[in-house]
Amino acid sequence: MKVLVAVKRVIDANIKVRVKSDGSGVETANVKMAMNPFDEIGVEEAIRLKEAGTVSEIVAVSVGAQQCQETLRTALAMGADRAILVETAVEVQPLAVAKVLKAIVARENPQLVIVGKQAIDDDCNQTGQMLAALLNWPQAASASKITLSGDKAEVKREIDGGLETVAFKLPAVVTADLRLNEPRYVTLPNIMKAKKKPLETIKPDALGVDVAPRLTTLKVQDPPKRSAGVKVADVQELLHKLKNEARII
Amino acid sequence: MSVLVIAEHDNKAVKPSTLNTVTAAAKIDKDIHLLVAGHDCAAAAQAAAKIAGAAKVLHADAPHYGGQLAENVAALVVSLAERYSHVLVPATGFGKNFMPRVAALLDVAQISDISGIESADTFVRPIYAGNALATVQSKDRIKVITVRATAFDPAAAEGGSASIEQVTAAADPGLTRLLGQELTKSARPELTAARIIVSGGRGMGSGDNFKILEALADKLGAAVGASRAAVDSGFVPNDYQVGQTGKIVAPDLYIAVGISGAIQHLAGMKDSKVIVAINKDAEAPIFQVASYWLVEDLFKAVPELTQELGK
Repeated sequence: MKVLVAVKRVIDANIKVRVKSDGSGVETANVKMAMNPFDEIGVEEAIRLKEAGTVSEIVAVSVGAQQCQETLRTALAMGADRAILVETAVEVQPLAVAKVLKAIVARENPQLVIVGKQAIDDDCNQTGQMLAALLNWPQAASASKITLSGDKAEVKREIDGGLETVAFKLPAVVTADLRLNEPRYVTLPNIMKAKKKPLETIKPDALGVDVAPRLTTLKVQDPPKRSAGVKVADVQELLHKLKNEARII
Repeated sequence: MSVLVIAEHDNKAVKPSTLNTVTAAAKIDKDIHLLVAGHDCAAAAQAAAKIAGAAKVLHADAPHYGGQLAENVAALVVSLAERYSHVLVPATGFGKNFMPRVAALLDVAQISDISGIESADTFVRPIYAGNALATVQSKDRIKVITVRATAFDPAAAEGGSASIEQVTAAADPGLTRLLGQELTKSARPELTAARIIVSGGRGMGSGDNFKILEALADKLGAAVGASRAAVDSGFVPNDYQVGQTGKIVAPDLYIAVGISGAIQHLAGMKDSKVIVAINKDAEAPIFQVASYWLVEDLFKAVPELTQELGK
């Protein structure tokens, strides 16, 4: 069985982002970039399925600037077999990515697509569900456990009240949540090996997909700052403040 | 044109997040229709009709809406959406699951998790875990939107008298089956609806130690939450998680206990009115957003707080 994983290049999760002074976006120049952590969980899951003998090939896809090659090399170093970069300088939004992935699915015929449930930059939480809709495939968003047997899948997914289990026939789209697994670290030998793995670059035009953004960002601002707080000496003072100053209890 | 709000409900009652979403809808247009899609959900439809500001309730009742599967709900919403200029749903697990399908099938962008409305086509939404606010404009013919409930006051649950119209169910896509749910049972208020939340982090040390937070929560009539670190460590179930990828909350009072204050946790609670942080580490980043902070061992401070409240 072939699995497609999609990976997004984002500002590293440990970096505190800074809003540009002209309000056009956040500062990305000379900022450390990394694979979206949820996509990393998706790649890891595909590798574990391959190690378990369920999956035969893992194809990693990224949509974006040329530098996304680095993100794909990380996926290859983790254990993906080959990679496809759909290269565009345009700011790609979830609907465009879903359309690109649909076109890649038509070329590659995977039985399963795994993507992160959301990207930590735009926090959209859309792409996987959109792809499933465009393909008219079943979906399992926010997965915390995937069980495959033949062409059937059962997925445990995180919901607001706890967990639920859904069942469906493949092909399908699954989006990875935090508790699905803990991604492995890439090792130096695997980074070296990944350099030799195939990485194909194509343009959205070649896939017949229009990736023009639908939403225009008018401005980006800092969120309102909270006013400075007060240190209290002990529980007594805390209670006094909550009762008499904040009047909250 | 009118606005369609997809009501979040449990077939009996409407969830509070729906009320906040109605307030958001009212900032766009006063002709607000609510869709209640479920199975044996007449009671929820009647509750929706009483929401102040609701002009009409669309009631779709069919077995294949009972589990509110994304594929099924999306097909129904798409069948209704062309009559509306805007379709809104709370940005909860319910809305996040199916709404992108609706947007894709309509070939429009989704505007996720909006916290402000500038005009009928311009919206404010947090990005980068709330570390920046983006103002975005959509020129799509239908605006498909998920709403951050904490950013809008709830509409009154009573006082409306909307008409209820039965709508024909869309065909069952039959793509997915719901096998079962494991829901956390608790007598305490739901996290997203609670006035007070007591939350624990890695500093709690174990799931067992959450008992001291529960005792405090019960004294205050509060909900219990947790940081990602506490959930990942297996102290408490996933539905306790407050943060960028968990629940977004903004109670009147948020008490963070043994929580260091990672960016992704702050993203889920920093809009709380009053934040109390209790941590023995005087350098913990949580203190930067706290209204009141106490540098003390939580195992001493929390029981003392509970005891003092009992006096």
